[in-house]
Amino acid sequence: MKRIFSVTVENESGVLSRVANLFSARGYNIESLNVAPINEANLSRMTIVTEGDEAILEQIGKQLNKLIDTIKVTEYGDVPYVEREMALIKMHTDLGTRAEVLRIVDIFRGKIVDVSQDSYTIEMTGDSNKIDAILNLLEPLGIKELARTGKVAMIRENKK
Amino acid sequence: MKLTGSQIFIESLKKEDVEYIFGIPGGAIIDLHDELYKQNDIQFILTRHEQAAVHMADGYARVTGKPGIALLTSGPGATNGITGIATAYMDSIPIIVFTGQVPTPLIGNDAFQEADIVGMTRSCTKYNFLVKDVKDLAYTIKKAFYIATTGRPGPVLIDFPKDIQVAKTDFSYPETIHLRGYNPTYHGNLKQIKKVAKAIASAKKPLLYVGGGTILSGAHKEVQKLAKKLKIPVFTTLMGIGAYPEDDDLSLGMAGMHGTYRANMAIQYCDLLISIGARFDDRITGKVSEFAPNAKVAHIDIDPTSISKNIHVDYPLVGDAKLVLKEMLSVLDEYNKIDWGEVRKPWLKQIDKWKNEHKLAYNTDEEKILPQYVIEKLYEITKDDDAVITTEVGQHQMWVAQFYTFKKPNRFLTSGGLGTMGYGFPAGIGAQFAHKNKPVYVFAGDGSFQMNEQELATLVAYDKPVKVIILNNGFLGMVRQWQDLFYGKRYAATNIEVQPSFVKLAESYGIKAKRITKKSEVEDALFEMKNYKGPYILDAVIVREENVYPMVPAGAPISNMLLT
Ligand SMILES: Cc1ncc(C[n+]2csc(CCOP(=O)(O)OP(=O)(O)O)c2C)c(N)n1
Repeated sequence: MKRIFSVTVENESGVLSRVANLFSARGYNIESLNVAPINEANLSRMTIVTEGDEAILEQIGKQLNKLIDTIKVTEYGDVPYVEREMALIKMHTDLGTRAEVLRIVDIFRGKIVDVSQDSYTIEMTGDSNKIDAILNLLEPLGIKELARTGKVAMIRENKK
Repeated sequence: MKLTGSQIFIESLKKEDVEYIFGIPGGAIIDLHDELYKQNDIQFILTRHEQAAVHMADGYARVTGKPGIALLTSGPGATNGITGIATAYMDSIPIIVFTGQVPTPLIGNDAFQEADIVGMTRSCTKYNFLVKDVKDLAYTIKKAFYIATTGRPGPVLIDFPKDIQVAKTDFSYPETIHLRGYNPTYHGNLKQIKKVAKAIASAKKPLLYVGGGTILSGAHKEVQKLAKKLKIPVFTTLMGIGAYPEDDDLSLGMAGMHGTYRANMAIQYCDLLISIGARFDDRITGKVSEFAPNAKVAHIDIDPTSISKNIHVDYPLVGDAKLVLKEMLSVLDEYNKIDWGEVRKPWLKQIDKWKNEHKLAYNTDEEKILPQYVIEKLYEITKDDDAVITTEVGQHQMWVAQFYTFKKPNRFLTSGGLGTMGYGFPAGIGAQFAHKNKPVYVFAGDGSFQMNEQELATLVAYDKPVKVIILNNGFLGMVRQWQDLFYGKRYAATNIEVQPSFVKLAESYGIKAKRITKKSEVEDALFEMKNYKGPYILDAVIVREENVYPMVPAGAPISNMLLT
């Protein structure tokens, strides 16, 4: 089972290593990990995508909560949530492929953020499925470099 | 007035009522030592190895319940301390270890005697700090004491760079502290307490499973009340020894790999297992899928991560054992009309039957010395002395757990979680600093004793009357036992016959010592040791290939006991 944990932590040195250590010491997998400061002073949010059975996921949640620097742990399991990921994709292009690349980017509502004679750099945002899908289409056309942010997520507000 | 970092360290520790600091100095901590030298409120205890210093702080903490303090230098001093820190971590013991560090501008430069001790100890401390600014020092020390001693206790390390030790700032020690990410749950959820109380009251064959958390929480009285009130039999883990008087009728002793027949059988047949401050370690559960197959499980623990970690728990109850049990006892008043003696008769009758089968025993006709006999005899002659007993790790550790009758908490000190050879002797010295004018006995294997025997010098230097009994079998006995039982008696790398004369060794430090080889010498020797004013080493040469029984082979169900 996949699970997203969103963890609000003190922005202390060593926090990232404490979290990473928790996973490695217990043999849990991190599929992706994203960290950045949030709008409250000295706090950061980590979004961790991981996998395991129910017992392991329960332990991960508890262990994350136990860390002294952890303020809050949110698990995205059953509740509706929004998730997004961003990717920068650098494409090899030549006269034969440029048009096709542009068409695909257009269909997926991506953006070209850098152009050179033989390359395009594409910015793509969406849920991970969407990113996987565009990568699938672009792959045969020659991906030169790829950077993905990993997921970030938030719970959807109740709509009355 | 502005104080230096070193002065702030001393003033802060005074606020925390620290009496002793254990350790060894070095270049990165020399400024702090210079300040310590100028005062008399806190005594620095100079050891001969940093591992031993940390074990001493640990021993002090286990006897007093107060945090033990160690002060080490940077680099090798700090890394030498890691085994001590990991030992305390596994047993949830509150210690605070300060390490010198190279000056802040040099950190990260591979400077002389620099080690990333914060990085190295991240996974064996409850928390750790690098002090980067002297202005943060007092608050950091306060945090360290707070974190080490609250919730589930544990070691905290503060890395203290050399330039911060001499930098100055205004000093004020925070009175209170709040960490927004750290709020241990002390009071159990009342609804859940009622549920567990009901489960206990309606169980036919309840069993109490008492771990080290009971001792850490000071919940032994409440456990005793609960057991006596509802007539529930009790077993302890290795770490829980002393939380329930072992001479009481309801006591089944220790369970697990070398647990008693009666305790292991009771686990397999009980219908409700009530675990208090224990963590279902593999040395207790044996094969997890066949552990307590007929029981619902209730688990009281302050650490939510301990609950349902290894086995499924039907009634989780997060909270401090003492507070939870207090509330539980008052809830249980509802059931006061029940005649528990009557209700419990069939279960206690069954327990009694197990008690009389396969009792802990040894060959009483043996003329050479059997270790069990020495331990029983020591119990006989010290039972009214409020003695602290520490052990090293190995067969002798299990024999002490089995054959010394413990009646009080904080009197049996052993490395349960990490199983650190070399723990017992220094822990005994640390304990002696706390257990003033009362006896401390160390049971050591000849192998383990050699891991920290250099601390004989510390005993002499501080004139501490610790008594050491070496149960000398010339083997790394516990490993040899496994080889005997499971590896076709191929004694690979376990024969340690080459050893010093422990008597001469002790005497070279000016410590009184004696070697005995016959059962007939044991009693007199123990009396002589007990009555001797100073430290004493008794080298008891025991039957070399005696094994610890019962024994549950690793990974087998705990009812699969090898009995002889
Ligand atoms: C530091 C350390 N190294 C190795 C071990 C593995 N080990 C466990 S018991 C044991 C033998 C202990 O021998 P001794 O101290 O003589 O005690 P005995 O078992 O003979 O009573 C060993 C080597 C350990 N527990 N700790």
